[in-house]
Amino acid sequence: MSNSALLEMRNIHKSFPGVRALQGVDFTLRHGEIHALMGENGAGKSTLIKVLTGVYGKDEGQISLEGSAVAIHSPQDAQKVGISTVYQEISLCPNLSVAENIYIGRTAGICQNWKKMNDGAEKILRSLEIPAKATQQLESCSIAVQQMIAIARAVDMDCKVLILDEPTSSLDEQEVAKLFKLMRDLKKKGVGIIFVTHFLDQVYEVCDRITVMRDGKLVGEYAIKDLPRVQLVSKMLGKELDDMADIQDEQQAYKREEGAVPVLEAEGLVSDAGIKPFDFHIDKGEVNGFTGLLGSGRSECVRAIFGADRVTGGTVKKNGKPIKIAKPLDAMKNGIAYLPEDRKIDGIVGDLSVRDNLILAQQVLKGFFKPFSKAEANKFADEYIKLLSIKTASADTPIKSLSGGNQQKVILARWLLTHPEYLILDEPTRGIDVGTKVDIQKLVLKLASEGMSVTFISSELDEMLRTCSRLVVMRDRKVVGELKGSDLNQNKVMNTIAGGEK
Amino acid sequence: MGATKTNNGNIFSKLIKQQLFIPLAALLILIIFNLIMDPSFLKITLGYNNIGNPVLSGYIIRILDNGSEVAILAIGMTLVTAASGGQDISVGAAVAIAGSVLLRVLCGSNTHPETLQAPIIVGFLVSCLVAMLFGAFNGVLVAYFKIQPMVATLILYTAGRSIAAWVNNNELPIISEASFGYFGGYIPGIPVPTPLIIAVACMVAIGLVLKFTNLRLYTQAVGINESSSKLNGLNPQLIKLLSFVILGICVAVVGLIKVSRNSTINYSVIAKDIEMDAILAVALGGNALGGGKFSMAASIIGAYVIQLLTTTLFKFKVPSDALPAYKAVVVIILVVISAPVVREWFSSMIKKFQTKEVA
Repeated sequence: MSNSALLEMRNIHKSFPGVRALQGVDFTLRHGEIHALMGENGAGKSTLIKVLTGVYGKDEGQISLEGSAVAIHSPQDAQKVGISTVYQEISLCPNLSVAENIYIGRTAGICQNWKKMNDGAEKILRSLEIPAKATQQLESCSIAVQQMIAIARAVDMDCKVLILDEPTSSLDEQEVAKLFKLMRDLKKKGVGIIFVTHFLDQVYEVCDRITVMRDGKLVGEYAIKDLPRVQLVSKMLGKELDDMADIQDEQQAYKREEGAVPVLEAEGLVSDAGIKPFDFHIDKGEVNGFTGLLGSGRSECVRAIFGADRVTGGTVKKNGKPIKIAKPLDAMKNGIAYLPEDRKIDGIVGDLSVRDNLILAQQVLKGFFKPFSKAEANKFADEYIKLLSIKTASADTPIKSLSGGNQQKVILARWLLTHPEYLILDEPTRGIDVGTKVDIQKLVLKLASEGMSVTFISSELDEMLRTCSRLVVMRDRKVVGELKGSDLNQNKVMNTIAGGEK
Repeated sequence: MGATKTNNGNIFSKLIKQQLFIPLAALLILIIFNLIMDPSFLKITLGYNNIGNPVLSGYIIRILDNGSEVAILAIGMTLVTAASGGQDISVGAAVAIAGSVLLRVLCGSNTHPETLQAPIIVGFLVSCLVAMLFGAFNGVLVAYFKIQPMVATLILYTAGRSIAAWVNNNELPIISEASFGYFGGYIPGIPVPTPLIIAVACMVAIGLVLKFTNLRLYTQAVGINESSSKLNGLNPQLIKLLSFVILGICVAVVGLIKVSRNSTINYSVIAKDIEMDAILAVALGGNALGGGKFSMAASIIGAYVIQLLTTTLFKFKVPSDALPAYKAVVVIILVVISAPVVREWFSSMIKKFQTKEVA
């Protein structure tokens, strides 16, 4: 491993309307190095990579490769200078052969020497020890092998910098091991690899250095041995460990009856979304939360409770009685409400009016043959628009023309209208303004004091510590701990999230 | 449902944003054009037909009569489009099947019966059931097997007319019973053409269904955001399937009218290309062919615009070979005008014009 810089990015700035996505970011990649790029969602990782690969133009800053400045205006430019990217979603053609995929778009002229191409591909596959044949159809290879073929294609294009954007998220452990072996082989050949992932264990297994980003800014660059896991988590989340400003538990706890059974109790619940079986319970008037880094499986857990993913095992009891939740409607009928993580994809029905969006869940509960009258629907809409101070021109306005925070309030109102016993809020504060965030947290505490049980998930630890009285901690799709009482402080939470400290 | 209420928008630009605006304007322009060329265009006369029954006649009556089939199919096609984001291209073939089944039940084994072998209502109900089953077949392919609607319905589009012929052993049954002709002609004593009455009945029926059930809300929600609908407890697959089954009912009704008009059936010609007119009606109504929000009224008006256009062109002695080409020109104009991009441009032009006037 030499120490000369292969790629240098200096003082990169990039703004989108209303957002400063990158502010003066520096990034250095050396020859023969695997360099992890870490940060929570919205930290600017993917923007940085898109600037580097020419998908976005940069507003300011320099990029130099092996000491000489390069101008990258398009993905083709990036490829020409030797920067290749392998994305999370494989961008190859499944119906073509392996060899065709390796050579597609890079042959000159209209004639094609098939034999030469297949021989060439075979050679590459053998040199990288990829278990595939050149003439095999890509589809018939496993996802990991497809991923490797994408890398082989990149390597064969004489790449100096290889960017792997979350390549492991759909792979199992053995496949990941194979991929890592390939990465180490490439490293020996002097290729610089930028590795983006959410899995901490993988970073510590394969990387040499880490660059951490947060809120579009560079936090720092560290050698892997100088940055223990807890430090890494605290840098990603932006909380200094000494910053022990204790957050007092201000909430007026709901008076719980002694010996009452939990509102909801799950045992060995598991869904087809790839989480390990977990146990869970929540009491009346309790606010608890799932915490963990992105991709740790916290959303998948609540989706399993709501029946949003296919539940493949486990038992659920409500108020002590066993119930069966196979689909969202079952959960709704049992008084469970779920505000999904992705507002745009799973939450709003964009073209419909605020009113229709607001009554949707309650209307479905009421039944197909019993529509609310226009007067009733308007009454509900006006009531909740006022209650949650939703800013909209009228109840007739399509929800998609509202701001993110107000859209979220409408979805929240949709579920409050069903008067649930148990409310699940998955990232209700993501991408919305600070004022609304505070409103939502206050509302959560108020609802709980009135006896509603709430599960609150947020990427911001602050919010979780402020609202929850118990935290379920997840890592790599497993529940790894449960914290309550005096354990509810940032140090302890981060330690548990990071885990595996040797 | 159309435009949002804003205080600054003036009446005209508000009107333009209404979904009904384009089809209504097209209807109006065509009528005015016809009136200028022929002032008697709107005239309706009460006369007697050759068996002595009172009948209304005139261009408008003829348009309303002949437009019935497309208008009825537009109802089902609107729902299918909204829920599945695609179109059913097999309705013409399905009409042939429904008509053939109807004849088969009415005629029994004899192709030229003196008397009907079963009451008409029984025949209709059986053909209705068959059409709904074929609708369900399309619906299952689309909803559960996630096949693109156009590809899924291509199967029945290709096979439907052969199936229709096979139902009657490729013979052409003829019904001489007079009462069977009522559905495509006139009921004695009622001067209004029966297809028009049936079409109005269908419109009233769908109007009541939309008012007293959540069909509109569910269909729109599924068409706009399937994943979100699912998390709100809806079953998107079932709703898509339902839309195809409703289209099946429309197909059976059209089958009855079509067969009754001729008292017989021609498997390869009956309801030919009617699916394209039905889809066009939905598009002319300003409904997004990619699914989502819909206006039933706009689709139905769209259907009559098509019929009005056809009649107008015939009236000006456009040869029937050249008719589709002329029709296409008008359709292109209408579709382009109703495209959101163009409408945005229009309303911004209007705003600019007004500010200039004020200044």
